[in-house]
Amino acid sequence: MELHVENLGVARGGVPVLDRVSFTLAAGAALVLRGPNGVGKTTLLRTLAGLQPALSGLVRYPEGAAAYASHADGIKAQLSVTENLAFWAAVHGVALPETVFATFDLEDLRDRMAGTLSAGQKRRLGLARLGVIGRKVLFLDEPTVSLDTFSVRMFARWLREDHLGAGGIAVIATHIDLGMEAPELDLTPFRADPMARGGSDEAFL
Amino acid sequence: MIALLKRDLALAVRAGGGFGLGLAFFLIVITLVPFGVGPDTGLLGRIAPGIVWVAALLAALLSLDRIFALDHEDGSLPLLATSPLPLEGVALIKGLAHWITTGLPLTIVAPVLGFLLNLDTAAFPWLLASLALGTPALSMIGAFGAALTVGLRRGGLLMSLLVLPLYVPTLIFGALVVARGAEGFSTHMPLLMLAGITAGVFALMPFATAAALRINLR
Repeated sequence: MELHVENLGVARGGVPVLDRVSFTLAAGAALVLRGPNGVGKTTLLRTLAGLQPALSGLVRYPEGAAAYASHADGIKAQLSVTENLAFWAAVHGVALPETVFATFDLEDLRDRMAGTLSAGQKRRLGLARLGVIGRKVLFLDEPTVSLDTFSVRMFARWLREDHLGAGGIAVIATHIDLGMEAPELDLTPFRADPMARGGSDEAFL
Repeated sequence: MIALLKRDLALAVRAGGGFGLGLAFFLIVITLVPFGVGPDTGLLGRIAPGIVWVAALLAALLSLDRIFALDHEDGSLPLLATSPLPLEGVALIKGLAHWITTGLPLTIVAPVLGFLLNLDTAAFPWLLASLALGTPALSMIGAFGAALTVGLRRGGLLMSLLVLPLYVPTLIFGALVVARGAEGFSTHMPLLMLAGITAGVFALMPFATAAALRINLR
């Protein structure tokens, strides 16, 4: 299994933001995306996850292998922590692994309503979803926002040992140091000329 | 898909979920009509089919924007879109969940309200039948409207303008079933038309809804 990206061009709101992005990740590899705000990290991740069409180029990975995690966690406030995770497990047709509660330090919070969790705890719950659904190719957009240093280390350990160690792939947009060895890709050189194309005809779609 | 239906129903009955909101609205609107029209029981009985159906339309409309807006706000929608569920299936389940929380309770209490409006007792079975057949279409068309306006803030008004004209065929044939039933005529034709509209809506709208969602997720 590998993630292959070739000459990818992506657009936000019809304006091209990145062009000619190419990289290949083998099983067990991670890539950290860097770049200033607005360079197109989120747009690139959404395009890779298939949420929006690419302007050009190609993205290849096994179908149904990708999972996307964004700033919003997709947590229902009126459901408990266990119910939230059980829902995603059922949607993905897998059993809810018991280990996930320990891995993401949610053991004491199992029956708490998600609405009463703190921002960091919600984030841990959001990330625990990735541990539940067992998708192999992860596209993570700022996964460590509002996590304390302990939780960041905990998440990095899960990513390194349980995900990448099991042959997973991860593309991560982050501004902080995750404490793991992964190649970095600075997106600044791939900036697209906003006037290049897309622009006008996109408005008619 | 069953998991999604279960979750949506669980969310609807828990705090702030809005279960019964449409039903309460339906009850209030219908109770208000006799106050506005006056105590002429003959007149009330004649306009009852139309009143019940218009009230059902408005009650369904009331909770439509919740169908996708809540999932959009908390980020569940892109996660559902990248899950193994087809987006068409998500749309269908969302419409179904809306019907179970709005259209179904409304159908069940409608005969009681028909009594309040002095509807001919001969029309009660037809009232039940027409609402049971017609309200699923209201929810499914509504899901389409909700998908079109999902990214917009305060998109509720625009959605009402988009959705209400699409409700016209259901309203016409739904009210016609009850009116004909009350007068003792055959309800065969309008009932078949109503069923046909609902069947057509359920065949086409999940695809239109999914397409609208895909565009709004970009």
